[in-house]
Amino acid sequence: MGTQIDPATVRVVLPYPLYTLAQCAAELALAVPRPVTLAGVIDALEAAHPRLIGAVRDRTTGKRRPLVRFYACQDDLSNLAPDAPLPDAVAAGREPLLVVGAIAGG
Amino acid sequence: MSRIRVLVGTRKGAFILTSDAARRDWQVAGPFFGGWEIFHIAGSPAHPDRLYASQSSSWFGQVIQRSDDGGLSWNPVGNDFTYAGDPGTHLHYDGTPRPWEFKRVWHLEPSPTDPDTVYAGVEDAALFRSTDGGASWHELPALREQQGAAWMPGAGGMCLHTILLDPTNPQRLYVAISAAGAFRSDDGGTSWRPINRGLHSQYIPDPEAEVGHCVHRIAMHPARPETLFMQKHWDVMRSDDAGGSWFEVSGNLPSDFGFAMAVHAHEPDTVYVVPILSDSEHYPPEGKLRVYRSKNGGNDWDALTDGLPQQHCYVNVLRDAMAVDTLPECGVYFGTTGGQVYVSADSGDHWQAIVRDLPAVLSVSVQTLP
Repeated sequence: MGTQIDPATVRVVLPYPLYTLAQCAAELALAVPRPVTLAGVIDALEAAHPRLIGAVRDRTTGKRRPLVRFYACQDDLSNLAPDAPLPDAVAAGREPLLVVGAIAGG
Repeated sequence: MSRIRVLVGTRKGAFILTSDAARRDWQVAGPFFGGWEIFHIAGSPAHPDRLYASQSSSWFGQVIQRSDDGGLSWNPVGNDFTYAGDPGTHLHYDGTPRPWEFKRVWHLEPSPTDPDTVYAGVEDAALFRSTDGGASWHELPALREQQGAAWMPGAGGMCLHTILLDPTNPQRLYVAISAAGAFRSDDGGTSWRPINRGLHSQYIPDPEAEVGHCVHRIAMHPARPETLFMQKHWDVMRSDDAGGSWFEVSGNLPSDFGFAMAVHAHEPDTVYVVPILSDSEHYPPEGKLRVYRSKNGGNDWDALTDGLPQQHCYVNVLRDAMAVDTLPECGVYFGTTGGQVYVSADSGDHWQAIVRDLPAVLSVSVQTLP
């Protein structure tokens, strides 16, 4: 008989356009299956807030939208493989995962 | 007493302008969806308080918003614009094949009879239809069979920007696509044919090719739906046989380049365009913002200037940014990339600015409410 592993509680901070679109708080606490990955966090985000489906990653290819960035623990995790583990501090809820609109402009 | 509601899409949000039938005093509401590009807002003729808005962002993608109370409240509906089957490829700027990729909705065209049915023209160019109030979208894929593999985007992107529904024949639809041309369906979108005969475009290898013409806008009068007017990349054109053939009606225009076009609500031969200097100089000739009106279906054009800036004006008027109301004295409206929205309550003779300092205006549509 397998051991039930509790999901992690991951803090996610959304940018203004997304938390206003989703009509939710800027910082969320999401239950994410372990091991905690970018794909798992976004799955949980989209399940909790379906208005965000397609806003962070392409709904067909699953790829991060080009002008969306993921930061945590002062690192840019945007190009981390979707199924790679996120830092322990994120999985433990000590540090938030920041969803950021990329800087663009002149 | 009738009221007017002007739906304005801008680079940084939507605005709703309302007035009584006099069209002198206006209330301005907005921005709605501040910070997002609103490519188009359109109201259902069958249920005028049903509005659809295309909300888009290069960062966060496409949202379709719907209001059922005339814009007081909005809710996102479906944004899944998945092409039918394997969409294949079109040509990229460098001539290489490029997979079809949804980018944004340029234009929404609600059905004249069913508030839950609405068409969406998208980039990369395709036509979608929803029959459930925008909750789900389904492509009409036969359009892309019209040499779609050879379509190549223009500088503004490969967008389907014009959708005309023939009010006398529910089976007949027209669409126009930048750098591809105009197309017609006579069976509700099941099959399509190019309708570009008579167009002459020096900027494509075969100036009289069946497809590849950069059509900027098509306009129709509902009482005479077989007559179409077209603002092409260059040239103002007319067809009297539902697009079967076109002939030029640029006549005495100071430039026949432009984007926006509209037909008077009650006079099928009265047409409006806004000449723009050239394909690289997207502003009015001589720095004078002039609407040109032909009262006889083209060729003979008069400049309408009263109330419009006649010096140092270098704004553009984009393809979806001109519209008319249907009051007995037809109102004409247009918005500029400088953020002004102008109204003429007398068919174009006199103009006033409703607002002057909005973000760049992408689209203007008008509802005449009872």
